[in-house]
Amino acid sequence: MANSFDVIVLGGGPAGYVCAIRCAQLGLTAAVVEQEKLGGVCVNIGCIPTKALLHSAYVANLLREAKEFGIEAGDVKTDYGVAMKRSRRVSDQNSKGVEFLMKKNKITVVKGSGVLQPGKKVKVGSDVYEAKKAVVIATGSRVKGIPQIGLEINKTTVISSDEALLMERVPASLAIIGAGAVGMEFADIFNAFGVKVTVIEALPRILPLEDAEASETLSKSYRKRGIEVIAGAKVTKANVAKDKVTLDIEAGGEKKQVTAAAVLMAAGRAVNTENIGLKECGIQLTDRGFIKVDKNLQTSTPGYYAIGDVAGPPMLAHKGSREGVVVAEIVAGQKPHPIKYDNVPSVTYCHPEVASIGMTEDQCKEKKLDYVAGKFPFSANGRARGTGETEGFVKILRDKKYGEILGAHIVGAHASEMIHELTVARENEYTVEEVDLAIHAHPTMSEAVAEAALDSLGRVIHV
Amino acid sequence: MATKVHMEALSPTMEEGRLVKWTKKEGDPVKSGETLAEVETDKAVMELVARADGQLLKVMVPEGTTVPVGNVVAYIGKAGEKVDGDGASAPAEKGSGEKGVVRSEPPKESRQPAVASSVPVAVAADATRVKASPLAKRLAKDAGVDLKLVQGSGPGGRVVKRDVEGAGSNASAPEPAATATRPLPTPHVPVRSGQPYEDVPLTQIRKTIAKRLALSIGPIPHFFLTTEIDMERAAEARDALNKQLGEAGGKISFNDIIIKAVALALVQHRACNAWFQEDHIRYWNEVHIGMAVAIEDGLITPVIRNADMKSLREIGAESRELAGRARNRRLKPEEYTGATFSVSNLGMFDIDQFTAVINPPEAGIVAIGSIVPKAVPEGNGVMVRRRLRLTMSCDHRVIDGATGAAFLKTLKQMLENPLAMLL
Repeated sequence: MANSFDVIVLGGGPAGYVCAIRCAQLGLTAAVVEQEKLGGVCVNIGCIPTKALLHSAYVANLLREAKEFGIEAGDVKTDYGVAMKRSRRVSDQNSKGVEFLMKKNKITVVKGSGVLQPGKKVKVGSDVYEAKKAVVIATGSRVKGIPQIGLEINKTTVISSDEALLMERVPASLAIIGAGAVGMEFADIFNAFGVKVTVIEALPRILPLEDAEASETLSKSYRKRGIEVIAGAKVTKANVAKDKVTLDIEAGGEKKQVTAAAVLMAAGRAVNTENIGLKECGIQLTDRGFIKVDKNLQTSTPGYYAIGDVAGPPMLAHKGSREGVVVAEIVAGQKPHPIKYDNVPSVTYCHPEVASIGMTEDQCKEKKLDYVAGKFPFSANGRARGTGETEGFVKILRDKKYGEILGAHIVGAHASEMIHELTVARENEYTVEEVDLAIHAHPTMSEAVAEAALDSLGRVIHV
Repeated sequence: MATKVHMEALSPTMEEGRLVKWTKKEGDPVKSGETLAEVETDKAVMELVARADGQLLKVMVPEGTTVPVGNVVAYIGKAGEKVDGDGASAPAEKGSGEKGVVRSEPPKESRQPAVASSVPVAVAADATRVKASPLAKRLAKDAGVDLKLVQGSGPGGRVVKRDVEGAGSNASAPEPAATATRPLPTPHVPVRSGQPYEDVPLTQIRKTIAKRLALSIGPIPHFFLTTEIDMERAAEARDALNKQLGEAGGKISFNDIIIKAVALALVQHRACNAWFQEDHIRYWNEVHIGMAVAIEDGLITPVIRNADMKSLREIGAESRELAGRARNRRLKPEEYTGATFSVSNLGMFDIDQFTAVINPPEAGIVAIGSIVPKAVPEGNGVMVRRRLRLTMSCDHRVIDGATGAAFLKTLKQMLENPLAMLL
């Protein structure tokens, strides 16, 4: 039957399309149902275009300092429209790349929005597709506003990352609500493009899930660049006018007002679980609204799996992709290694970058673990001095008795690339000694990782 | 050069194995992964597989011989190839880098302690290769766990942190509990042959039972709690369910109902669903019930995993299937390890009440007596009700009297009102 596949994946984002490819590799026939472009939020309105814009921001800031490097660049003029269009081209290339991968792996792509039906069926428009082995739900998530305080996304003065990624011109000023990865990255971008940026975070510090020292270093760096950072702040009321928004804020017992030409909502995402037939198939949700899954990522209805953002936090593309691989292998009858959810790296691509793995120092304290923090600043690293990127540090939290790497935190240029050494180390249960024993090339920023490992042993060389 | 075939550690605790039967003969072609022989371990009869392609050149040990783990039992190579040690059974390999599991004894040459090494751990002190993570090695060294005896759960059987932690202080996964649920199929009746006694050597499983149970009742401070439970309603429920299932369904036993009730009660009393781990207590969020099964010449506790989440029918089917394979000694190691709590039932032997010995590192076991009609006061008169006496053995290092009593209270409520299990 033409409409019958071994596996049908609902959603063509980084969880869904990777799942389909792995299915194909294992000899299963697979179809992906996607209403928008392949690649999902990540490729089209998330990870990929923001990284393109962040690089534009980096270039702008670098040119502003060019004189110091002996280069006369004159007045730096920025054009967000041009940067935006470049980011679109990058996204399109990536989305086309996913299309190619679907073809290469003989995966059928069904355009449209799919609705689950009992008996492992998916209805798209008037067509019904049948899965012989499994239906995989990978419908992802979307941005959300806070209508309770009058901040419903209106796409002009109250915007989400979707609009921010597509605007031709920047507003004169921007208030960003939420200082997680998304908020901090857009603050970086818009600041570089000359916008007066205010970041407002409800929790006591920016990047609240990261190590407190990382938050502190980033706060300092942002303030130095003229970005206003207000943490521990509650937005009590919002007054949305035609061309501006006024926010009433309570922070540290003080009341104040922030007025900006636009507000960017970056406080959390809502999962796409509505209108896809979950109830009809008896698929249950958790208290927090994610799809309930067991150890094998199977939902409460056998034969239906959930991966990616809908299956629960952390809502990260790389976590979703891995879940896609694991489900494909389970459906194919293999026994994949279980995902270590405590070993998923977390990265914010602002400048300086923030990357981490494992526990924060506060978590170690809460758990009353006997640990030693080893730390090495990039200001003491030759390569970082050479490139003028001396902000930040590497911090490794080492279990005192066995040397286990409980957590690692990097703030600095290329932190997103350097964290993987420690991810590999943790995945393989290397202790700080093995990290040090591996010879690190000189001069590299990665030497700071080895030095932080040594510092946790009381043997740091270069400080 | 011909590849040596070693006696491998086929279970986490195996130290030696009895070669029951060669399934390949000398001269037979063999492929990597094919079964060469059946080996009786301390737990089960398992398969020894080839690790290389070629021809089975020479068999070094006859069937029925007990061989320490690591010893060479055969050679695989190209037809006509010479093998060393022709003739006698080869002695244990000394620290060669060969594939397979090799007994680790330091080489006889003078091996100076590693002086002036600035790197304390990462250098393997032992020439034998054990696939284990650096962290697992450190944990094992500290806990005195022999990594060669630990079954690795990492990629390619690599021993990782959780395996060492699971091994506890005894370098072994949980093992049989104390009491049997069936008569020995062939009771050992001494033959009157005129001799005053007969010396029977210990079998592998007997040795393990002796070692493990002595270890258990010794260091573990046991205490016992007994309660009598009215099984009238459970019996009615069982009759009704079995009627419903009819011929096709496979019957539900009292044992199945008790396992389910124990599992559900443990969900509410996590304090009893725990392992004692020397420097910490591991409280389990999952409930895996070990079920003591008598087998010829011993006993073993196959595990019903996630018993709290399974239906009575699933528990019934699974326990019958596991018990059947246990009796044929065909359980895989992962099927008799990892229980979080155990149940032992001698009800079918008219035992009113007994105490069971805890199977470490678990912290408790319930011993089930027989269900017998008894006269019990009811209002002003006397009623005859089916009653069950149940005794829980608790590891006092984990469970205190009141904790155990609270668990038993829930268990009693569930069995006396089986509908509560549906809640």
